[in-house]
Amino acid sequence: MSNHSSQGLRKDEHIVIVGASLAGLRAAEALRRRDFAGQITIVGDEKYAPYDRPPLSKHVLTGHLPIEHTPLAMLEDVRATWILGVAATALDVEQRQLSLSNGERLHFDQLLIATGTRARPWPEERGGKLDGVFLIRDRDDSQQLRERLARKPGRVLIAGGGFIGCEVASVCRELDLEVTLVERGPTPLYGALGSSMGSIVARLQQQHGVDLRTRTTVESFEGDAAGRLCRARLSDGSVVEIDVAIVALGALHNTEWLQGSGLAADERGLVCDTYSRVLDAQGQVVEGIFTAGDVARWPQHLCDGDLIAVEHWGNAVDQAENAAGNMLSAETDYRAYKHIPAFWSSQFGINIKAVGLPNRGDEVMVTQGSVERYRFVAAYGRQGRIIAAVSFDQGRWLEAYNTLIEEGATYPPQLAAADQPENMQSQPAGFPAMARHA
Amino acid sequence: MRISVDLNRCQGYGQCCFADPSVFKLRGEEVLEFDPAPGDEHRLKVIRAAKACPVQAIYIGESYEEQEERSHRHE
Repeated sequence: MSNHSSQGLRKDEHIVIVGASLAGLRAAEALRRRDFAGQITIVGDEKYAPYDRPPLSKHVLTGHLPIEHTPLAMLEDVRATWILGVAATALDVEQRQLSLSNGERLHFDQLLIATGTRARPWPEERGGKLDGVFLIRDRDDSQQLRERLARKPGRVLIAGGGFIGCEVASVCRELDLEVTLVERGPTPLYGALGSSMGSIVARLQQQHGVDLRTRTTVESFEGDAAGRLCRARLSDGSVVEIDVAIVALGALHNTEWLQGSGLAADERGLVCDTYSRVLDAQGQVVEGIFTAGDVARWPQHLCDGDLIAVEHWGNAVDQAENAAGNMLSAETDYRAYKHIPAFWSSQFGINIKAVGLPNRGDEVMVTQGSVERYRFVAAYGRQGRIIAAVSFDQGRWLEAYNTLIEEGATYPPQLAAADQPENMQSQPAGFPAMARHA
Repeated sequence: MRISVDLNRCQGYGQCCFADPSVFKLRGEEVLEFDPAPGDEHRLKVIRAAKACPVQAIYIGESYEEQEERSHRHE
């Protein structure tokens, strides 16, 4: 045993963390940083120690980063008991007990639920099990896809033009592979950035030789007698001959194991209050059980306390910190989670970054730089206030926009930037009507 | 040794690339690619890179294996 101070906090307490990825690890680190001296157990359904997911759709696939180099840095001595390759299968809130897939039960004093999301699968009856159809969520997915792409296949089809789909399209072009990107909406990144910004991404992709099919969906994948993928049938009646398909149609929240626990968990995530404490189905706070990361649905102060789940790296880190801090605090000292979402995505050599909630914006305007050169900042407005900003290769401005968002600054913004475009014009951001209330 | 870079915070100044060009690479104007698991011979250069980062986005930590090994030694 390590010989740290016997005056450490809560020496006899056992905190269990379910989910051994970014949020789970950062929470354990935050507990130790705050001198938690009790026991920490981390349960993860994957056999791997925590690893970083963003490279899995980027430079793991290009071959720049070997998959063995993706494990996350441990930034504190977490002194945890790791139970890897084992899933939590049920939670008994009354008994403070978890059931595990290896048949064991685990008692806890406090619990952090950070079970994240998984890739939405493609239905088997429409070709989901064919050899050549891939998802990208975990290490094995990325490794297998890397090996396939390295063998220089014929045309690759990507179903879904969200961030993952666009990043993989970029990788394919970098590897000089023919690629077709199929997106249901009018532009790539329609759901994340809206069609106004999305049309800029569409142009970028077409300039790089992506065969972009918008307002189109995949009906089915078809294979040969040996079960190898050979073609995709699209909703416009066209047929594309392909060797590889990548399904990038978003993520599902890993909450099924909480059915029967009485917690407010469904396919949209696990609901918590502003202190990251989970709620039960009646909306009451459950003492001693917290949540963080992709799976958590929390009241977002930027949009009137609407519950949202934010499936970004930065949210996993920040909410883990918030939950861990509150786990070790008296209720009077709880800190509210006032996170402003942020993300980055690199594609076709361009770094796309955002702060705030773009998909809550009604309007958008380019405020700095040049769209033609893919070097600009655009601000999103909602009811006369700035709600988000996105940058293309101009990330260093975002901190200033973050402050404007925090302050509830007016939209259109009053800037005195030297690189302001001559006629700044606000236009509809162009989001799907449904996404606004998701 | 393991490295983590907060790419939300990173602004692509590229100071880290000067400090250790084989671990940190700028692709395009501001896309940073880095090797989270460089060999120990990079330690000094990586520490220099972390210190040089104008926005302090580089964190140096340990690997899972390093921590597990230590905890087993103490058992």
